[in-house]
Amino acid sequence: MKKELDYKWTDFESGYVIPNPGNSREYRTGDWRSQRPIFDRKRCIQCGVCWIFCPDCAIRFDAEGYAEADLDYCKGCGICARECLPGAITMVAEEE
Amino acid sequence: MGKRVGMEVSFAASEAVKLANVDVIAAYPITPQTHIVERLSEFVANGELDAEFVPVESEHSAMSVCSGSEAVGARSFTCTSSQGLILMSEIVYCTSAMRLPVVMVIANRSLSNPISIWNDHTDVMSIRDCGWIQYFAENGQDVFDHVLISYRVGEDRDVMLPVIVNMDGFNLSHVIEPLELLDQDAVDRFLPPYEPSVVLDPAHPVTMGAIVLPTCYTETKKAQDEAVKSSMPSILKAWQEFGDLTGRYYHPIEGYRTDGAEVLLVTMGGIGETAMWAVDQMREKGRSVGLLKIRLWRPFPFEAFRRAATKAKILVVVDRAVSYGGPGGPVASELRSALYHEPKRPLVVNFIAGLASRDVAPFDFIEMVDRAEEACKMGMEAEYEIFGVRA
Repeated sequence: MKKELDYKWTDFESGYVIPNPGNSREYRTGDWRSQRPIFDRKRCIQCGVCWIFCPDCAIRFDAEGYAEADLDYCKGCGICARECLPGAITMVAEEE
Repeated sequence: MGKRVGMEVSFAASEAVKLANVDVIAAYPITPQTHIVERLSEFVANGELDAEFVPVESEHSAMSVCSGSEAVGARSFTCTSSQGLILMSEIVYCTSAMRLPVVMVIANRSLSNPISIWNDHTDVMSIRDCGWIQYFAENGQDVFDHVLISYRVGEDRDVMLPVIVNMDGFNLSHVIEPLELLDQDAVDRFLPPYEPSVVLDPAHPVTMGAIVLPTCYTETKKAQDEAVKSSMPSILKAWQEFGDLTGRYYHPIEGYRTDGAEVLLVTMGGIGETAMWAVDQMREKGRSVGLLKIRLWRPFPFEAFRRAATKAKILVVVDRAVSYGGPGGPVASELRSALYHEPKRPLVVNFIAGLASRDVAPFDFIEMVDRAEEACKMGMEAEYEIFGVRA
């Protein structure tokens, strides 16, 4: 996959048509984040409420079924932490 | 070859759209564009034209429909005026950026406020930088011819851009003129079927109109600018072939009695014909005056303009739109800029005239030339003047 900065002005399709649609996954939006969620596996009850509420589909489950954030796309909005019933998610500043 | 008729110019535009065998028409009625779409809706209703007529709820939707239909490969048409144009302007910019060759006729009309249904160029100048190819028609035959030429140029694989045909509202749209209609065979020879390289098709999905980031936006705009600039050879080629077909040859800048002219009037649109009368009268009195008519506004024909203009001492540029608090009318501003680097350049005297169909008669052009010659001797008082204003 060609990187954005490799595109010269002559490299675009006419009208900037994207001939390989569905490629937004390749654009990682997580670097907008100023906070990130930390998951406490001891408290997590694997209910999936965070997965339901995440507006960016940035929650996934590890092999044992515990929730974690996909930090390539998580914007750090904190909705998961607010909605988590057992209080398993806390937000920490990105630089911590 | 063609049929010579007397016909209202709006109806002639509709005839051209029918002969272009468009697939989709989407438009909202607005004075003075109304007769064009009314006639087209009749063509569709009575089966003369096999097209989808979409009676949209606004001009914004009209251009949205046309962009969408072009994106699936359907030849599309709309037309509008004034407030309708600026309501649709959001989509007008998308259509060109997405390289969708819609053709739009604008029956030029003033912008509000105060409300005016009459003719000048303030509407189209508000979208001057929209990235469409833009012609200005001088008479009914121009309008008819340029609807066909626009499809030919816009759909050219080397171009793929939407095209605006400007015609003066009322002064052109509502007058009956003698003109020659082409027959279907001739049109079919000139205008091949529309074959876009990429279309929206669920079987072969693509994304149109996506976001780009600051890392790429500059490159996309460079590509768009080059697309408009590099459409010139296709425009000239289409005009040449159209001329070979009909005997009517068009040029980006058209001169009238310019030989040795020290003063050149410069006009765009229908007032060019009146200016020809004025030039004739002045030439009869031995005055060294000619006329340049700008037919192609975008891409601006710099080379042809400089070639035509730099021999004169004075250019008297007649604008039909105001740039409030700016450097002059949009035409004069651009011509001054185009001449700036010339070692020998004429004085550019700018009059803004003919707002809201106020008559610009031959004697008005003569007065402008008188005043410009005076300004040349005595020095210019201002960058521009709103001509004929009561004080």
